[in-house]
Amino acid sequence: MITIKENYCKGCGYCIIACPTKALKRSNKINSRGIEIPIVEEEKCNKCHICELSCPDFAINVEEE
Amino acid sequence: MISNDEIYEKYIRKGTMPTILCAGCGNGIVLNTTLRAIDELKKDIDKMVFVSGIGCSSRLSSYIKADGLHTTHGRPIAFATGIKAANPDLDIVVFTGDGDCAGIGGNHLIHGIRRNIDITVIVLNNYNYGMTGGQASPTTPLESLTTTTPYDSFEHPFDLSMLAMAAGAPFVARWTISHPVQLVKSIKKGLQVKGFSFIEVLTPCPTSYWRRNRIRDYEGIYRWYKENTVNVKRAESEPDKICIGELQNIQKKEWTEQWKELVERVSK
Amino acid sequence: MDAYDILGPSEQYIQGDKACVYGALIAGCRFFAGYPITPATEIAEEMSRFLPKLGGTYIQMEDEIASMGAIIGASWTGKKTMTATSGPGFSLMQENIGYAVMTETPCVIVDVQRGGPSTGQPTMSSQGDVMQARYGSHGDYEIIALCPSSVQETLELTIRAFNLSEKYRVPVILMMDESIGHMREKITIPKDVLIANRSTVDISYAYYRPFRTGYMHATKIPEFAPFGSGYKTFITGLTHDEDGFPTTVNPKAHSDLIKRLSEKITDNIDDIFYVNNKHLEYAEIAVISYGISARPSLAAVNMAQKLEKNVAFINLNTLWPFNYEFISELSKQVEKIIVVEMNMGLMYHSIREAAEGRCDVVLVSSLGGRVPTPKDIVEMIK
Repeated sequence: MITIKENYCKGCGYCIIACPTKALKRSNKINSRGIEIPIVEEEKCNKCHICELSCPDFAINVEEE
Repeated sequence: MISNDEIYEKYIRKGTMPTILCAGCGNGIVLNTTLRAIDELKKDIDKMVFVSGIGCSSRLSSYIKADGLHTTHGRPIAFATGIKAANPDLDIVVFTGDGDCAGIGGNHLIHGIRRNIDITVIVLNNYNYGMTGGQASPTTPLESLTTTTPYDSFEHPFDLSMLAMAAGAPFVARWTISHPVQLVKSIKKGLQVKGFSFIEVLTPCPTSYWRRNRIRDYEGIYRWYKENTVNVKRAESEPDKICIGELQNIQKKEWTEQWKELVERVSK
Repeated sequence: MDAYDILGPSEQYIQGDKACVYGALIAGCRFFAGYPITPATEIAEEMSRFLPKLGGTYIQMEDEIASMGAIIGASWTGKKTMTATSGPGFSLMQENIGYAVMTETPCVIVDVQRGGPSTGQPTMSSQGDVMQARYGSHGDYEIIALCPSSVQETLELTIRAFNLSEKYRVPVILMMDESIGHMREKITIPKDVLIANRSTVDISYAYYRPFRTGYMHATKIPEFAPFGSGYKTFITGLTHDEDGFPTTVNPKAHSDLIKRLSEKITDNIDDIFYVNNKHLEYAEIAVISYGISARPSLAAVNMAQKLEKNVAFINLNTLWPFNYEFISELSKQVEKIIVVEMNMGLMYHSIREAAEGRCDVVLVSSLGGRVPTPKDIVEMIK
């Protein structure tokens, strides 16, 4: 399960760039501070956790089922 | 692998996220990777102290649920030396920046290395004084624009890792925020090395540095750190790029061990 | 091993600098960081010899800024720490002294004063740093500064400096001078001295707030949790709340903090302020001095007493906090206060301010390392 804490996200998109399987994408979804947050295509995720390491604000979380 | 939620729960002070740092600032990645390295080594966080100076880099110590000392500008290595020398059972991590460590605190850096006291220094090099709005720092690359080099900078920058190697640091590594997995490994090694470990992380300052220097999108910034660096193993083939990787790993007697030996010798 | 085991016979003939080291070791100092500087170097030398024998730590730092940083860091491990320097090094330490005030870090700074400004007269005596001790770092704060006028007093006031520093969680400055530092006199090592230790915290982590006061005692001094004790204490030189976290734009948080930092000293002035006086009861004239210049002052007072003058001698062993009430009362009693100091008149300003024109306040100033003679002072008494 990939979850994004919308209020923590600052929209840098480093997770999107870092993801080797392109499981994260830009979106028009906006959080309370007016920042575009990424959306997740769960089925593409290979649980490498690189998005978690690339998030400066602990906003993205990957849990292995 | 531990998830961000677990890291947050275990190591981050409640209510401190998101950080005060700008969007696209890489410092949070260094915080994240440092905590992962500590977790993977199963370190007792209550026996660690996070020491920092002044600047954006130095805000990191306040986020960690552990003892922290946010010191004066440039002096974290001096404070850390005092803590470690007084209580060698504590593990010390120093967060410092290019201005803090190479500018105002340059003397403490080289003497910390010379003394070889067992601390892990993580330098967040963002090429400028970010907290004060983007002035030129000792690592600002040639021909960069900053608020104090409006016509471009001509002073030769320090290569901090090379400086640390020349001063004789037993462990020196350099990575960027685009290499978080490798960074975790090097921080782990640095924490395990008995002696002064120096880990330089090239981290972007989108607001103050990159905005004035060609790259204005986060993706471009992230890619710059990938594209303009080369691993030390292949450095000869691409001499124009910044050399990253594990740059030095040598054995050297450590200060607190030597002091302990001296105490045993003279107190007989 | 105990300090008494290695200090040698109870009566010795030693330098002031060495007596300072004796006092520190008796008080429990086990960490010293310093940098060589005339005329304080002997303190570092003696520390490097004694500390390893007591299982303590000596470290020579790269400069005085680092020395000050190292003793603050070491103090947070729970150790009693000290550094020693002279004017130029004292100037370099000022920023970190302010940090120690802000973070309420106990530590002792010895300033063996020499002639200034700048490199000045490294081997000559001066009392030119007394205002720097009080106002050297930026911002509003109160600090404790003690001043010995003999080798024996140096030993005793060093112990007192540690005790006050531990009790009030404030850096304490011992204002020696070159003459006292290098002078040799007979000392008696005191036994059974009172040693104060910082009050440590004894409640669960969940309820602990590092800069909240009044957990254990109703004072304005917070209880201390050393690094490594599991209290996850965050220390910053930024204006902070009771949790220790930066609150830099809240005017109330800042004023509450700096008022408490000052009041924890000024509220306890009766405990901190200590002077040595003689013939005060019927005095019509008072001679106030401190440090090496207190000695010719006492000689002058004794000479004047023989001439049947009612002159008191006041040795200002506590320079800061300044006791305005004490001087104010004195100014109501006497006709003249003679301030003797080896500078162009520094404590003279505070004394004149406290006297508020109720009596004459005159200055006997001696510069260039020349210690004033009793004759200089008697002239003013006549």
